[in-house]
Amino acid sequence: MSGLSIQNISMRFDLPNGGSVQALKDVTLDLKAGELLSVLGPSGCGKTTLLNIIAGFLAPTNGEILLHGNKVTGPSAERGMVFQQGALFEWMNVRENVGFGPRMKGVDTAQARKRVDQLLDIVGLQDFKEKAIYELSGGMQQRVALARCLANDPDVILMDEPLGALDALTREKMQSLVLKLWKETGKTIVLITHSVEEALLLGERLLVMAPRPGRIHKEYHLPFADLGVDADLREIKKHDDYGDKREEILEMIWNMEEEIMGRTEVAV
Amino acid sequence: MGLVSSLFEELVTILATVILAMPYVAGYVGFILATLFLWRLAKTSLTPKSDFGSLKIVTFGDESAVTSNMSASIVSILMIFLIWGSFTGSTTLPSFLHMPGAFVGDASFYYTVENQAGERDDAEVQVIVHGTGVEVALPDIELGSGFAKNDVLAVKAYRTKLLKWDENDIEARKDGARIVAINGQPIVFGTDVDVGNLKIALTQKGTLNIKPNKGIQMEPIWLPAPENVWKRLKEISTAGFKNYSLAEHLGFSLFRVVIGFFLGALVGIPLGYAMGLSDWFRGWFDPIVEFMRPVPPLALIPLVIIWAGIGEVGKTILLFLAALWIMAIASRAGVSGIRISKVHAAYSLGASRWQIMRYVIVPNSLPEIFTGARVAMGVCWGTVVAAELVAAEKGAGMMIMVASKFQQTDVVILGIILIGIIGFGIDMLMRWAERILVPWKGRG
Repeated sequence: MSGLSIQNISMRFDLPNGGSVQALKDVTLDLKAGELLSVLGPSGCGKTTLLNIIAGFLAPTNGEILLHGNKVTGPSAERGMVFQQGALFEWMNVRENVGFGPRMKGVDTAQARKRVDQLLDIVGLQDFKEKAIYELSGGMQQRVALARCLANDPDVILMDEPLGALDALTREKMQSLVLKLWKETGKTIVLITHSVEEALLLGERLLVMAPRPGRIHKEYHLPFADLGVDADLREIKKHDDYGDKREEILEMIWNMEEEIMGRTEVAV
Repeated sequence: MGLVSSLFEELVTILATVILAMPYVAGYVGFILATLFLWRLAKTSLTPKSDFGSLKIVTFGDESAVTSNMSASIVSILMIFLIWGSFTGSTTLPSFLHMPGAFVGDASFYYTVENQAGERDDAEVQVIVHGTGVEVALPDIELGSGFAKNDVLAVKAYRTKLLKWDENDIEARKDGARIVAINGQPIVFGTDVDVGNLKIALTQKGTLNIKPNKGIQMEPIWLPAPENVWKRLKEISTAGFKNYSLAEHLGFSLFRVVIGFFLGALVGIPLGYAMGLSDWFRGWFDPIVEFMRPVPPLALIPLVIIWAGIGEVGKTILLFLAALWIMAIASRAGVSGIRISKVHAAYSLGASRWQIMRYVIVPNSLPEIFTGARVAMGVCWGTVVAAELVAAEKGAGMMIMVASKFQQTDVVILGIILIGIIGFGIDMLMRWAERILVPWKGRG
């Protein structure tokens, strides 16, 4: 069996006051190799928890993650992760950051250097490779994070709101870059976002999750990611279907949020 | 009740001193405002709109608009020397900048004696007020007529002297003679008579106390003039002080700080790492560290002297303890302050635990450790001086302590200035090292 298989994942956190929170309940999903999945949901729906379980940072209360049929028991280089911000090593320059994975694995220096150069070309940072991380803009830093993840040649790339802190213009450019990298490298990508538009653009499959307990609410299969490769994303957004889907999902999430708000009011 | 009333008395004394100091403080603030006004005037008239900062309309409350003004710093330092020189009568300053000094020179007054029979007679007193270290030969004077004879006496500036006026008089105090007036002004015990540059008081025994005016300058044994301190620096740097050269005194203090700090860091950093990485170590050392941290190193001096004596070992132990807790807490904070996403990122890039330690946790904690090192060096420098004040054969603190016992105030002031400069130098050096070695500090 190839690809990523999420089987019956449940996650319960114990609270300091003795209670507990059901963060995820019976989440099951199969991803084929090379699929692009975006996960969307209101805050508290467990999407980051799910990603951390796939990455191996958290052990689920129930269920298991299988990658190529092997059970995931901890973090590993085959599941690379791109974080929102602040996960780069500011004591290393751009080149050292991108080359971190190969260096840890003990890859031959010359070979690693070639790989790093290649990746910096792809993300367009060749001229900045000797710069310190804190000298780069937010968008450039996220490109470094993408390149660092790719340098390890992982089977799955997990992205935790990687573009969340960027301004609208940079974000659009980065979305195109993510699509390009997806197509060129053929990686399986799981992308978490709180932006409906981004989820529609960067998801072959889109998962809408619902909170309390965190669970899969609805799944979509979308054409926009394929259309968006090497195309102007603003044109894609003019697609009729895109607008309809956007309204539908916004409505869905809006209702979930309202339900949460309502419950809080009752509790008060 | 006794405690409350004695505390209240203390408070009254303190408040009285504060009120006395107020005019001087007000004068100083006035100087600052005056120079500010002058500087603004000069700036607006000479270089209008010279930098972008001057284009800002809103500067009040704008943190970036408030940087240290170099001109103000220079004026401030000059002002310190000006005030210092002015209150010590420094020869480097023109005399019109001097505060009124103590009276030196000749003065005279006459006193009126009334004998038992009610007869009165006047006698003149010639007073020679001379500076310290000046020998004065008393001139011969005419004794004059009548039963009261003229007197002469020499008084040191800033000092007072009793005049036994009747030693040469025909009718003395034991004969029932007593002074009733000075320069024609009646005098009784408890009041002073002002005769220009002198104040004359009548003592309970009937003698006169001659008090030359002191002015508001500082006496050299309280505060020597700047040029005398400079002279003393040149003297000590060639001849040394109390068996050791100046370089040895300062060098030994620095050496102790470096050794003590180095040992403290050597133990403190691994201890902090252990506390940051293991809950067992954290639990084990938390009570010890949290208890020892608020104990000022100075409070340990007596115990360290009892245990290890006043030699180098005792001082090293003291400075080791001063640096240890600071370094342990700083490196603990450095380890536990890491952003979890950095560790997660390293794990998902295939790093092992050891590699995460080596390539992520250690470099991430370096800025904290450097901050701790700066604090520790400062504390160590303060502690070594204090320890040397208590007991030492050589060192900066010993130098000023011994000098104070011999009232060599110039050496004391010189020592304080040198200690300040070295402390400042250490801090500058640490900042420089920080900029070079951990340029990513605060940029994560």
